[in-house]
Amino acid sequence: MSVTSEATRITVNGEPLAVAPGMSVAGLIAQLGLDTRKVAVERNLEIVPRSTYADVRLTPGDALEIVHFIGGG
Amino acid sequence: MQSYVGTGDEWTVAGRSFASRLVVGTGKYKDLPTTAAAIEASGAEMVTVAVRRVNLSDRNAPMLQDYVSPQRYTYLPNTAGCFTADEAVRTLRLAREAGGWNLVKLEVLGPPPTLYPDMQATFEAAKALIKDGFEVMVYCSDDPIAAKRLEEMGCVAIMPLGAPIGSGLGVQNPLMIQMIIEQAKVPVLVDAGVGTAYDATFAMELGCAAVLVNSAIAMADDPVLMARAMKAGVEAGRLAFRAGRIPRRGFASASSPMTGLIRS
Repeated sequence: MSVTSEATRITVNGEPLAVAPGMSVAGLIAQLGLDTRKVAVERNLEIVPRSTYADVRLTPGDALEIVHFIGGG
Repeated sequence: MQSYVGTGDEWTVAGRSFASRLVVGTGKYKDLPTTAAAIEASGAEMVTVAVRRVNLSDRNAPMLQDYVSPQRYTYLPNTAGCFTADEAVRTLRLAREAGGWNLVKLEVLGPPPTLYPDMQATFEAAKALIKDGFEVMVYCSDDPIAAKRLEEMGCVAIMPLGAPIGSGLGVQNPLMIQMIIEQAKVPVLVDAGVGTAYDATFAMELGCAAVLVNSAIAMADDPVLMARAMKAGVEAGRLAFRAGRIPRRGFASASSPMTGLIRS
């Protein structure tokens, strides 16, 4: 996906990222090559329910956390 | 061969029943295939997991779920790395969304070298998590008063440490573990400190519902073999607890009859 001057600037896991205007959370996850069944998403400290990924549009300044399960005790 | 373990001897936490009384962690393994093989050998049905950011620079990295199926094992997400109630709630809300269940392991630790449970912060986080609808299995100090208070707050399992995390020292304070077990109406698990199979046996002989082991398996020279040993150790301890041990006595008692001896 090309980054244009109208790109939406967001933060994902602490890293700056520019995405296409109007992109949804589902679009972002697809662009990142992640499997929606294996991750959970928090946007501006609020959980984004998996069922709403296609409906939630990213807006400039959004801070997202995308997490998964790893080994732990 | 008939198994005497697991048949009608399940333990139940938050409405879920388990035949295996060994809960294993999935951390510290050298790789995911070893993790999977060791967990298989342990016979565990519940595994602890951590919640972390996806690595966006290596998106093809293998994921735990590809090796340890959440369909087969009950994932118990933990709050490792959280130092406040807010962080714990935030982390476990994400875990709930990723996994879709409420059963969680709360652990709020102090700094190294003790990594001892921070009980003040643990109480605050337990309160917040229970209010948010979580079923909380709580890692705690071996303090019977604190354990009782956590149970009264609504925690579904009490998990005192046997010894510091990763120390492998075994149960250091069996008297307190036993007091916690005797007063509890929810399952008590020894979590942390197990070093080898007999430590797990000892914890089970005290009457624990289950034992949680991570480092002792993951860091063993042969994790798969140690996982098998832990399985046997937990089973031995559980059977011995149910069988009822003989009292300790300060004198000998002959095993063979003293009557009917031949005489010249």
